[in-house]
Amino acid sequence: MQNRREVLKFGLKAVALAAAGSFVWTKAVKADKLVLLRPPGAKNESEFLASCIRCGLCVEACPFDTLKLATLSSGVANGTPHFTPRETPCKLCEDIPCVVACPTNALDKILVSTNGELDINKARMGVAMIDTHSCIAYWGIRCDACYRDCPLIDKALKLEYRRNERTAKHAFLLPVVDMDVCTGCGVCERVCITQNPAIKIMPRDIVMGSVDQNYVKGWVEGDEKRLEGVDTNIKLDINKAKDYLNDGEL
Amino acid sequence: MKILLFRRLTQILILVAFIVSNHYGLKLLLGDLSASSLFGAITFADPFALLQLILAGASVGMSVIIGAVIVAILYAVIAPRAFCAWVCPVNLFTDMAAKLREKLGFNKDAKLLNLPKNTRYYLLLAILVFSALLSLPVFESVSFVGMVQRGIIYLDIFVLAAIFVIIVFDMFVLPRGICGYICPLGAFYALLSKFSLIRISHDLSKCNKCAKCLKACPEPQVLSMVGHKSGFVTNSECISCGRCIDVCNDDAMKFSIRNLKEER
Repeated sequence: MQNRREVLKFGLKAVALAAAGSFVWTKAVKADKLVLLRPPGAKNESEFLASCIRCGLCVEACPFDTLKLATLSSGVANGTPHFTPRETPCKLCEDIPCVVACPTNALDKILVSTNGELDINKARMGVAMIDTHSCIAYWGIRCDACYRDCPLIDKALKLEYRRNERTAKHAFLLPVVDMDVCTGCGVCERVCITQNPAIKIMPRDIVMGSVDQNYVKGWVEGDEKRLEGVDTNIKLDINKAKDYLNDGEL
Repeated sequence: MKILLFRRLTQILILVAFIVSNHYGLKLLLGDLSASSLFGAITFADPFALLQLILAGASVGMSVIIGAVIVAILYAVIAPRAFCAWVCPVNLFTDMAAKLREKLGFNKDAKLLNLPKNTRYYLLLAILVFSALLSLPVFESVSFVGMVQRGIIYLDIFVLAAIFVIIVFDMFVLPRGICGYICPLGAFYALLSKFSLIRISHDLSKCNKCAKCLKACPEPQVLSMVGHKSGFVTNSECISCGRCIDVCNDDAMKFSIRNLKEER
């Protein structure tokens, strides 16, 4: 009897250790591929992770239950707020309760303010990207669901008219995103009629590029002023061209 | 048993206050143990978490700093590691693990891991250093205390897995391992409450040296004076749980106010 008891104890211990160990192991080796979309006013991702204390006050403040706390499956980001536009997009509240609730400025009021007043249209939660292969408007079928529902219609999401050469008598009505204006609220992704949305919100730092300072937009008044005071005296080596011609390769 | 009941009640009521506030729109105690808002007016914050944020380079607001300082002063003055025994929900499960270990007869098994008791202080130091180096609140990113309290308060089903791991670790890998060896938050509070006022005091003249208190104590090294001399538990690794008072049949242990002047 004593022996059976010992065996049972050993079995229980082994099973418990194996289960707990494998749980920790799967969590540890799982590469975190999740791209989390942050609430309005969130600082850039690394600064945000450094400032978010993971209290969930923004999640509680959100009147539409848009914001969710990342769970254990999000790895080191667990406990930070994010939202999934396809389920619930951000409704762009004018009083931005989530930002007001943040105690640690991880959601920064300054990033969503104009002249000291809260301005939700300055939110940059992400940017809408259109997959023109699965957007049926790009096939020539009439659909403007995303355009109609965009809170910044004709500003963030515009329709571009183009002749449909295939039928030679119809027009394409193509949704086009203005990246400078799009807040990344995700209403377009929510209402997209395709099975897997053809328009998706992506984090800005993943999508957006950047241009060198030396390009001057001549058509923008005053843009050349950016280059005032820049040292334009390039020191040229007069022998360089000569050496190049004289050196063996030519 | 009286103190134990009162302690469990406190631990559970705090969680309940958070749960009903967050899920039923009461403005009682919003948020979680990392940062919270009492009556929608006063902000409280976990001083250790905030310290990591600041080291990581976050520019936090004034109200949350005040909130963290209030919490820090409160725990520094009251009793050593009062957070650990009276607030932290992980304590519910590590106590459960200790109970299960004893009841199921595993208490004679060898531990699978041997760590020095000071591990938690080294971890604490490493966390502060790496928070600054990596610009990331290192402990908050992997904190089991955070996971468990947040999981319970926001009713995330995954929390059960985290709790299971904690119980298994404490039962089989290292008894009292989580709170007694690893938790840097507990180490933080031990250092913070070095001069806290409410302490367990031992009366040698009443003690009959049954050692029940030593068996019940989760940090038995703090009871080194039991059976040798009367006096206060001066080691702030004591979690002020009062188990020693509960189990003592001779009335030799009690909570009392420590006189810092006399100790000098």
